[in-house]
Amino acid sequence: MMTIETKAYGKIPIDERQLIDVPSGLYGFESHTRYALLDAHQKPFYWLQSLDDVQVAFVLINPYVFRPDFVLEIPDEDYQEIGEPEEDDVLVFAVVTIPTDGSEITANLQGPVVINRSRRLGRQAISLDPRWQTKHAIVEEMARRE
Amino acid sequence: MLILARRTNESIVIGDEIEVSVVDIKGDQVKLGINAPRAIKVYRREVFEAIQEENRLAAETATGELPSLDEYIKKDKES
Repeated sequence: MMTIETKAYGKIPIDERQLIDVPSGLYGFESHTRYALLDAHQKPFYWLQSLDDVQVAFVLINPYVFRPDFVLEIPDEDYQEIGEPEEDDVLVFAVVTIPTDGSEITANLQGPVVINRSRRLGRQAISLDPRWQTKHAIVEEMARRE
Repeated sequence: MLILARRTNESIVIGDEIEVSVVDIKGDQVKLGINAPRAIKVYRREVFEAIQEENRLAAETATGELPSLDEYIKKDKES
């Protein structure tokens, strides 16, 4: 166990297994490469908290929660960077944007975050299918599935 | 920046493995054909910029207060 500083919850204890290396960083945040993956208090969200800067934290969601038809199609190089994981070891997340002005929350399926959970290596990939965009309205798409 | 003039069906070669050819020109739109090894990723610049911008927005607005999706998830379990 170790203690880290988080943007959402202040100082909290985490298990070393929650530490994720993102060698290339996320786009626009290339200098932040060490993260912790946390369950958010509010399901079904997660936090990807930078260990380098407490202010850098991303809300994540499992894309299949709101788009069961999502297909992860990314370049081979993206898989290589996370150590070519077996299918069972791949975790996929979409970065969530929660506008402060009350407009709809969206998730980014064009730049999914993929994690090799056995090696705890992550990368922001780029979806090859142009159907997946940077702003998918989560609530609207959940409602539309029915 | 190196600037080269090319006509339709002409191309340029970058290094040993990458070829960019002009397939078609219509008005202000140019269609480019790109031949490159699979490991070389080719993206429209806008895609990178859009993801960067979305990350910045996501990081700026993320706070401890997250919305509840329970209502929608519960609906799933019932149906």
